[in-house]
Amino acid sequence: MTEILIKNGFVVDPLNKIDCQKMDIAIKNGRIVEKVNEREAKIIDASGLTVMAGGVDLHSHIAGSEVNLGRMLRPDDHVKDAVRKTALTRAGTGYSIPSTYVTGYRYSKMGYTTVMNPSMAAMKAKHAHEELNDIPLIDKASFTLLGDWWFALENIAKGDLVECARHIAWMIRATRSYAIKIVNPGGLESWGFGRNVHSIDDKVPNFDLTPRDIITGLAKVNTMLNMPHTIHLHTNNLGVPGNYKTAIETMQALESVYTGDKPIGHITHIQFCSFAGDNWAHFKSGAAEIANYLNAHNHMTIDIGQVTFADTTTMTADGPFEFSLYELGGHNKWVNSDVETESSGGIIPFHFKKKNAVNAIQWSIGLELSLMVKDPWKVAMTTDHPNGGPFYHYPRVFAWLYSRKAREATLKKCNKKAQRKSLLPTLDREYTLYELAIITRAGTAKMLGLKNKGHIGIGAEADVAIYNINPNTTDIAQDYKPVRKAFSNAIYTIKDGEIVVKDKELVTIRPGRTMWLDVQTKEPCRIDDELKRKFKEYWTIEFDNYPVTDHYIKVPEKITIQASV
Amino acid sequence: MVEQKLRVTLITGRTIDQGVAKELGKGSQEYFDSVAICFLDPSDIKKLGLKNGVNVQITSPYGSVVVKAKKYPYGAISGMVFMPCGLWANAICSDETDSIGMPTFRGFTVEVEPAPDKPVLTLDELLKQQFGK
Amino acid sequence: MTEIIKSVVCPICGCLCDDLEVTVENNEIVKMKNGCAVCEAKMVHGYKSDERILEPHIRKNGKLVPVSMDEAIYKAAQILTDAKYPLLFGWTSSASETQHVGVELAEELGCALDNCCSVCHGPSVMAIQEIGIPTATLGQIRHRADLLVYWACDPWSAHPRHVERYTAFTDGRFEKSEFKEYVQKLKGKASKKKVEAAIRRTQVRYQPPPRPQTAIVEAPPPTLAKTGRKMIVFDVKKTMTAEVADYFVQVEPNSDYEIFGAMRCLVNDQEIDVDKVGGVPVEYLKEIVDAMVNADFGAIFFGLGLTQSVGRFRNIEIAIAMTRDLNRKTKFVISPMRGHFNVTGANTVFAWQTGYPFALDFSQGYPQYNPGEFTANDLLRRGDNDATLVISADPGAHFPKSSIQNMMKHPLITINPDWNAISRLGDVVFPAQWCGIEQAGTAYRMDSVAISLKKVVEAPKGVPSDEEIIKRILNKVRVIKAQKTRKDVTETKNVENKKI
Repeated sequence: MTEILIKNGFVVDPLNKIDCQKMDIAIKNGRIVEKVNEREAKIIDASGLTVMAGGVDLHSHIAGSEVNLGRMLRPDDHVKDAVRKTALTRAGTGYSIPSTYVTGYRYSKMGYTTVMNPSMAAMKAKHAHEELNDIPLIDKASFTLLGDWWFALENIAKGDLVECARHIAWMIRATRSYAIKIVNPGGLESWGFGRNVHSIDDKVPNFDLTPRDIITGLAKVNTMLNMPHTIHLHTNNLGVPGNYKTAIETMQALESVYTGDKPIGHITHIQFCSFAGDNWAHFKSGAAEIANYLNAHNHMTIDIGQVTFADTTTMTADGPFEFSLYELGGHNKWVNSDVETESSGGIIPFHFKKKNAVNAIQWSIGLELSLMVKDPWKVAMTTDHPNGGPFYHYPRVFAWLYSRKAREATLKKCNKKAQRKSLLPTLDREYTLYELAIITRAGTAKMLGLKNKGHIGIGAEADVAIYNINPNTTDIAQDYKPVRKAFSNAIYTIKDGEIVVKDKELVTIRPGRTMWLDVQTKEPCRIDDELKRKFKEYWTIEFDNYPVTDHYIKVPEKITIQASV
Repeated sequence: MVEQKLRVTLITGRTIDQGVAKELGKGSQEYFDSVAICFLDPSDIKKLGLKNGVNVQITSPYGSVVVKAKKYPYGAISGMVFMPCGLWANAICSDETDSIGMPTFRGFTVEVEPAPDKPVLTLDELLKQQFGK
Repeated sequence: MTEIIKSVVCPICGCLCDDLEVTVENNEIVKMKNGCAVCEAKMVHGYKSDERILEPHIRKNGKLVPVSMDEAIYKAAQILTDAKYPLLFGWTSSASETQHVGVELAEELGCALDNCCSVCHGPSVMAIQEIGIPTATLGQIRHRADLLVYWACDPWSAHPRHVERYTAFTDGRFEKSEFKEYVQKLKGKASKKKVEAAIRRTQVRYQPPPRPQTAIVEAPPPTLAKTGRKMIVFDVKKTMTAEVADYFVQVEPNSDYEIFGAMRCLVNDQEIDVDKVGGVPVEYLKEIVDAMVNADFGAIFFGLGLTQSVGRFRNIEIAIAMTRDLNRKTKFVISPMRGHFNVTGANTVFAWQTGYPFALDFSQGYPQYNPGEFTANDLLRRGDNDATLVISADPGAHFPKSSIQNMMKHPLITINPDWNAISRLGDVVFPAQWCGIEQAGTAYRMDSVAISLKKVVEAPKGVPSDEEIIKRILNKVRVIKAQKTRKDVTETKNVENKKI
């Protein structure tokens, strides 16, 4: 394998506390090393450029049944963004839900090298993995939807968390997954008969428990299993005015599980759960309340789910939420897709408009949260692709964060009512490159427990992005436009020590890895018997045919962890 | 009164026999027996002065084919002729797709007339006659 | 040597039943359990019939003669590269791994790519693209549905185990099987012998006796108001499915759109000022709609009777619209009865690679989608394509005559395991393994759940998988294209040299 030496770049590497220092980065055998033989190594002159670790996205719907149904649903979306075949790359389409190859290409061009696919119905895991195989250049992993799985619900209701943990461990292995995803706990099961839960203390129909039990139960299970990531939680009442209270109640519920060690819960796309006001007419931001809570507590992390004002496609496992969105009117296409014994799902194309008061306030909420939560290590930058906007709009979000001027320029074009309600004019904070690196790679890698990603210290995987930004000569807050442009197309992207983007163009196409956890519990056998017995009753697939086999992962990276049960 | 011709609506579709036979092979006797047929209401068969199992010629604006006529076993379908999906039905279907890709397989009027002396062509004979191969 | 293989997946229809038990003796399936009649026909008899293609053939002087695999691959690649605009059609009885390579081949050739979806549920896909769809996996329906509606489809014929595995005759967590009641009902009006016969019928094989004629539409039975599972069948003709239903509604041909429209009105509490719609008295429709609204969980399944009748995708659109309206009052889902075992997979694989599920074109270097333009029958009708490759499908038996006649004007390559109608017409005829019997792979069930097909016996010697054939054709196409470019370059150079 070739050796690479990146010379004279301004290195931004928060995990190693390096902030825009001029230094060299040496790469050998796919890892960052202390030094390489300068004569033999390929030299990249990075003088005047910013060098960061490859981006790590912890929440982006890039593959799976739901995503693909969204693709199928929207020829109108693809026709405006056709991608031509080249000698090197495959053809495809965008816009809001790019086809698999295009997804890999665009992430790579942005300097991202790792992406988490956060919502995978266990029963449809094979599909998700087949698609992930077709996303080149980036490493990826999936989170399995487990918050409304009957086995989990029954065991939590019984109070048998150890048994629950063993089942979850089996499921994580069987679906080749990386984390526990919980979506509207209890709500999806209720949605099976067209109902929903409206607080974390509502009873889940037909099961003797509440969303609170599910959330705290699975958080404990997550700890028992020593999972690298926390529970990944999409709260109840998402998208409902006044739901910031539910979000805070949810975080409060988890306080009891916290041991003071490391965070034990992650609330995803929190922008959609930070609504204040009693109804849509009185809709306003609840960002201050959420931020205050987060500033006072250390057991939670969040990602934003920023709105970027795009004609996009919302998709979530939260079927009842999508139905209520459909009921609001104005949506011609509505998809609901329930998954037996496990989950549900919904899709609605949605155009976030600046002139719409609610949409504009939502945009403001996302930024307010990012700016008001003081510790950037608690925050991850996402758009909940494609829900808030497609992932390749990230640079726009960066600009809003690092430049007050950029925020003001957009706010000026927003709905007047939204402008009046926005807290943004009161917020002076502007993200530095260092903080930006935290919320896009260092912090996200840390949240995910990925030790060799998100930084470029010695021993790290050689995933590097080089951007055309000179921190010495550029005031990024003032000249936000060229910096935004620089972030949207890296000069170089290096993946596992191989140059994949050079001079802003793709030069090599290689497959990325799919990471999955092999969770080793102390007593595995009992579970299988129980599972086998119940399988026929619960699913319409035979036990033998359910698990994802090695065949479905082209380039696997198995991570073995020892559970404490 | 016996009529010379009967104007009825063509319906095509799957039958269990056709399903089984297509898996046994398109050249099999089972396939011929279950697909080179049409089902008529007993009352319509009577109108044509026919008996169960006699050949009829079905003609549409798009073609004409001879198949064996049978009584529909489940219930009334007067005014309709039901043919299992397959080559014999396709001979009288149209490639008009109404610009959405789906040919016209059913729901149009055809004429059914007795043809006791005309043979039902086998698969290979039909391919030869229609496509010359 | 006898081996019993469990949990084998049936590679025939969109149900993808995965509980088959297959007995293999000396590399031959001799017996099976749990399969339906169609499944048994294929897996015990059909796959090893005399109709099998065992080696590649090329048509020479009007006759198909056996040739080597290399020759056939070269010939196929030559036909495809010589043609200006080939069509690649079929894919639905192939594993998704094969479909995956198929898209790459189409991209390389810059040609049209379509799958059997265009002649089965293409209109359903289009309707979904118009207004979306509220749907669910089959297990969700099994556990919860207390009202099942089969509209213009006959699962007893086309998806024989659908009712038994996923709907009325299966036990769910919240709803119990209706099978016992069905037997009870029969006992009430028939002799023991008839009951036994009927039960036998539902368990796979049945030779239904002729039944007396019934009135066109009977009044709804009182059972429609009962709690527990109910099944209603709408069709233009009474079918075996209708026989086991609680209520059968015979509708006039081509009137589905009107009936859905009327039912939508009733669901939304509007009055209808006519007595009958599509041959069905409005008062009966009212009772049906009441049963729908009062259900805890309703499910509608529809078949080709809607997609192929007048109105085509508009029929599906209004059916989905009615289901959406019903969701304001209760929970309702709707689902197409997909035919070939991997037609859903073809849509799925095409969509994740290109964004579009069928009717694709790559002539501009990027994917384009337009049903009516790039669908197989339209291309053939207009005479747009000048070569055709058919894989794992039999348009010979399922396209209108005139479409095939147009196809015959140009070279035809086929890849199928047996001598079906289209293989008999081919100019280059490839053999292939039976996917799901001799070849493992992935298929997508009608509710888009991926299931792994098993390999249970070895294919005859020298018969490759269709995936391998497509890959080899793709490689050969690339070689020929590279040669052509080189030749072009040399020719231009020669011309230039002469000028000098």
